[in-house]
This record gives sequence, C-alpha cells and structure tokens, in this order.
Amino acid sequence: MSLEQSYIDLYAANRAKLLAGAPDSLNQYRDAAMEAFSTQGFPAKKVEDYRYIDVRAAFDGKQNYSMLLKATPLTAIKGNPISVNNTELLNRYYNKVADNHDPITALNTALTQECLCIYLTKNQQLEKPIELNDIFAAGVDQMEHKRILIILEEGASAVLLLHYMTRDKYHYLATQVIEVFVGDNATLQLYELEETHTSCTRFNNVYFHMGRYATVKHNNISLFNGTTRNTIKAYLKGEFGEVTLNGCVMADKNQTVDNNTLIRHEVPNCTSHELYKYVVDEQSVGAFAGKVYVAEGAQKSVSKEVNQNICASDEARMYTQPMLEIYADDVKCSHGSTVGKLDEMALFYLRQRGIPLAEARMLLMQAFVGQVIDEIPITSLCDRLHIMIEQRLKGELDQCVGCARCNK
Amino acid sequence: MLRIKNLHARVEGKEILKGINLTIRDGEIHALMGTNGAGKSTLSNVIVGHPKYEVTDGSITFNGQDLLSMTPEERSHAGIFLSFQSPVEIAGVSMTNFMRAAVNARREALKQEPLKSTEFLKLMRDTQKLVDIDKKLVSRSVNEGFSGGEKKRNEIFQMAMLQPTFCILDETDSGLDVDALRVVADGFNKLRTPQTSALVITHYQRLLDYIRPDFVHVLLDGKIVKTAGPELAKEIEDNGFDWIKE
Repeated sequence: MSLEQSYIDLYAANRAKLLAGAPDSLNQYRDAAMEAFSTQGFPAKKVEDYRYIDVRAAFDGKQNYSMLLKATPLTAIKGNPISVNNTELLNRYYNKVADNHDPITALNTALTQECLCIYLTKNQQLEKPIELNDIFAAGVDQMEHKRILIILEEGASAVLLLHYMTRDKYHYLATQVIEVFVGDNATLQLYELEETHTSCTRFNNVYFHMGRYATVKHNNISLFNGTTRNTIKAYLKGEFGEVTLNGCVMADKNQTVDNNTLIRHEVPNCTSHELYKYVVDEQSVGAFAGKVYVAEGAQKSVSKEVNQNICASDEARMYTQPMLEIYADDVKCSHGSTVGKLDEMALFYLRQRGIPLAEARMLLMQAFVGQVIDEIPITSLCDRLHIMIEQRLKGELDQCVGCARCNK
Repeated sequence: MLRIKNLHARVEGKEILKGINLTIRDGEIHALMGTNGAGKSTLSNVIVGHPKYEVTDGSITFNGQDLLSMTPEERSHAGIFLSFQSPVEIAGVSMTNFMRAAVNARREALKQEPLKSTEFLKLMRDTQKLVDIDKKLVSRSVNEGFSGGEKKRNEIFQMAMLQPTFCILDETDSGLDVDALRVVADGFNKLRTPQTSALVITHYQRLLDYIRPDFVHVLLDGKIVKTAGPELAKEIEDNGFDWIKE
C-alpha cells in the first residue's frame, strides 16, 4: 500500500467523526481537499518547492499516531478577539487564501478538527500583544492538523506571538495552515517562535492576503526543533502594501529547517523586505528558498531580499535559493545570499582577550542571528529573544529528550 | 618574564622566523624594528598563539611556563596582551558583552568569582575615564565603524580592563596622527606598573619618544641582527637599515 493510500484510508476511517465534530463551514471542503491530496500525493524531492526536504520520510510511519483531539474549550470574553470555529468568520474567510494545490495544505484541510479564529473589527487596536502558546503535551505519539484564521479589518492593528513548544518526549507530527487577511490600512506583526524537540516534525503553511496600505511584519524564529518546513506566502493585493518576512534559524544535531517563501507583488507601488539568517552547526541542514514575483503591470515595486548563513561545522549543510521573477519594467528589486564560516580573525581576536574558543564561537553566532532580532520593534520581545538565543547557544534550552543521538 | 630561544616559525609553508633569541625581564621595554616582511608581526602572532603560524623549532617560556603548549586564551589569562596592528570589527557583539566575557573568563582562570554586574559596569566606567575613551565608543559593537585612531585607543582601553603583565604593541602608531599617538602612548604609560614589560613593534622613532625602550632590536630576514640602547632607534630613523645589513 502506498504512503498516500494510508492517509486516504486514515481519512475514510475518521471521516464520520471529523464531520460530526466540526461545523459545515469546515466540513464542506474536506472531500475535495482529500481528492486534491490523493491526486498530487506527497511531493517528491524533484518537486521544485520541496527539493530540500524529504516529505515522504517525514510522514512515513506516523499513520498510527493518535489523531483526534478533544475540542478546545474557550470561554468568550468580552473584547477577546479569539474564538474557535466561529461560523460567521469561517463562512467569509476559511479556505479562501490557503491553496489546496499544496498537498500539505490539502491534507490539513481534509483532516483539521477545528479552526482558531483571531478577529479584529474595523479600526480595533490591540493594546497589548497576544501570545498563544501551542504546547505539544499529548502523552502519546501524536499527529495534529491545526488551522488558524487571522483577520484584521480595515485600520485594525495587532501584535501576535505564536509560540510552539513541547512538554514531553513523545513524537509529534503536525501540519498547520494559517490564513491571514490584513485589510486596508491594517497593521499586523506576527511572530512565530519554535522551541520544540528533535522528535517533532512540523509543516507550517502561512498565507497572507493584504489590502491597500496594509503592513505585515512576519518574523519566523526557529530556536529548537526536529524537522520543520515553513511555507510563507504573501500576496500583495492592494497598492502601497508593505510586507516584511524575516527569520532566523539556529540548528545543530540532526535538525532540519526548511523555509520556503513567496512574495507576490500583484499590484503597483508595494514594498517587500526579507532577511533570513541561519547558523547551522554539527550535522544539521538548513534550507532557504525565497521567491519574489512581480506581476505584469506591478510598477514601482520595491523589493530587497537577503539571506545570510553560517555553516559552523564541516558536516552541516546549507541550501540557499533566492529567486526574482519580474514581469514589470519599472521596479527596484535586489536579492543576495551568502554562505560562510565563522570569521577566523574575529575568533582569534576574542581568544586573545581570554575568551575561550567555545564562548567566542557562541558570541559570534549570537551576534550574527541577533541582527534579525534587532529589527523587532517591541523592546521587551527583542530582549527576551536575545536571552533565549544566548540560552540556546549555551545549551540551556536543549530539549534533547527523545533525541536518538543524545540518548545513546 | 619572557624567554625566546632559537625560534623558527612559518606561515602557509613559508619560513619567516629563522632563529630568534630574545629575553625580556620584568619591567623592561623592548623595541623591535625592522624592514617590512622581516618577521616582526609573525613574532608577535607566534607569542600570542595565532593558529595560522606554525612553530617548527625553538621554545618560548613565559614566567617559567611553556608558552607554546598553551591555547591563545590561556596565554591571555597568563597576562599576555597583544594590541593588534589591525583590530577586527565584530558587528553585533557589544563592547560590554565582549569585555564582560573577557574579564570573567580571566577571573575564572585565576579562580576568582565573576564580577557582579554592578561591579563590572563600574570597572568599565572607571577604565573609560582612565584612558579617556569616548563613552559612545564603549557602548557600540566591537570596533564597528571606528576610525583608525579610535580602534587603537580601544586596544588601550581593553588593555586597561585586562591589566596584562606583558604587552605587545604591534605598530600601534601606524595610522595615527601625532595627537592620537600621544594619547595612546600616555594611556599605556599610565597603565604600566614597575613589573609590566612590553615589546613595542614600530617603524618609527616617534612612538619611542613617548614609550622609552630599554633595548632596541633590529629584526632582518627572520633574525635579530643588532641589539643596542635607545640611541639605535635614532640611528635607524636617520640612516635606515642598510648600514646594518652590510
């Protein structure tokens, strides 16, 4: 039996339960999504968008994991922008920007049980950032298919932090699809912070739909993980939109982080920025593919894409693929990518001052990725992340539980 | 303090030092002069343990310890400080974090408690005043965007923070105007104790007007070919090296 067939069977076996536990607004897309998945199958490495990660290996053997979760109880608080399975919102926005031509998104649409909704009304300004802690703590090996809908109506503004964590040693496989609608003149800062463990596999697809004068700052920080694939797609649909896709990765052991981004300038006068920095150490693998697409007629588009990487060991591997695809003639677009080692001269300078080699290496790595953190305008978050990165490098964040390599 | 015997060293396969003998006792200042490519910077890099330089023969002892078996950081903890000819810019590492790591690593090696945050910041402030370095420089990333003079002044600041017993000033005067030179030299003189010794590498007499050497050595083609008192520097300034070669 093929790997795909085992997931098709999984859906067939659980279909009745899934339908019973979720509203029609979710259920109506399931069969078609499963059909889309079975037509495509898991992407092989020869598929351009998935050439740096072995998707089949990530999904193989996980079919028997516990899947159905208990519904999240959420009490409605006045003014709280968060709800679950909000039918009105789902009818208007669910599955509208997510693309089921991506087999992971299709699988998620077919198998998800509920959708977390974050909704800001017209001109609503969130005074304080919202932090959502997503904790893997099932007590058994588990598969999860998570769905989030974020909607900012015209003129609204919000700061959201999604913090992915693990609390036990079990294996986790998660798909997640986040659909984000940022209305005209609305501003969203979305931070995603992963701090899981080496037995955790995550596929996270994020779609931004942006209106006129909409601003999005996305920051995607992989502090500790197992195998992670983030697919980030930003669609600039209204003029004068501005999107920033930043991210940093610290990987070692046998960790894999693959970030695949797309920024589509579909109308004139939009701006995009991208800064991704990786430090890959030991036997880890990092991949970055960033495409900026400027549609025909999208004049005065401005785009700057930078990807810088350090391979801190001889065995670590880094793949980088910056791409520009431009169909307009009055644009300013640049991209650049570097892969290097730690600066030997700087290392020696630090050691001459008495700083031991390991600590000198750490200082340089911290400084390297710190540039991404420094771009975060919220001082308290910026400080907290600097401290977390320092702890990460010192090994104080090590979540080696379940790591075959460390538990030998 | 420092005893170098028959030192041979090479870099990238090329032999640069061809049998150096040099003894520096407590409190002595030695000047090292010589033509470009004679091996002056190689000697200083070998003393501090730069991994690119390979010692093929000879020995160096420092206060009786075998220096060549020590890591660069251990040599630093033992009290050796190199004021770099071209200090490296390190973007993203603040001077404060850099110095805190350096001071506490040294204290740990000496089996002392790490400095408390307040004690450390006070030390930074006091030292900054002592060597008269702009407060703004100390709050930036290490050497990032510093002018040539500021970098050299920052070397002296670090020297003051770490209080070494043996300093190598590798062309500290290069790229400095007369005023900056005096400030840097004054800084060094202020930090000196009667036990501090130094190896001052320079092309010019003028630094030696401010830092008075006890001995002047001439290094040519990997060997010390002449040693005399401070008057030798003056002679070289007037007549060049050719008369020594002959």
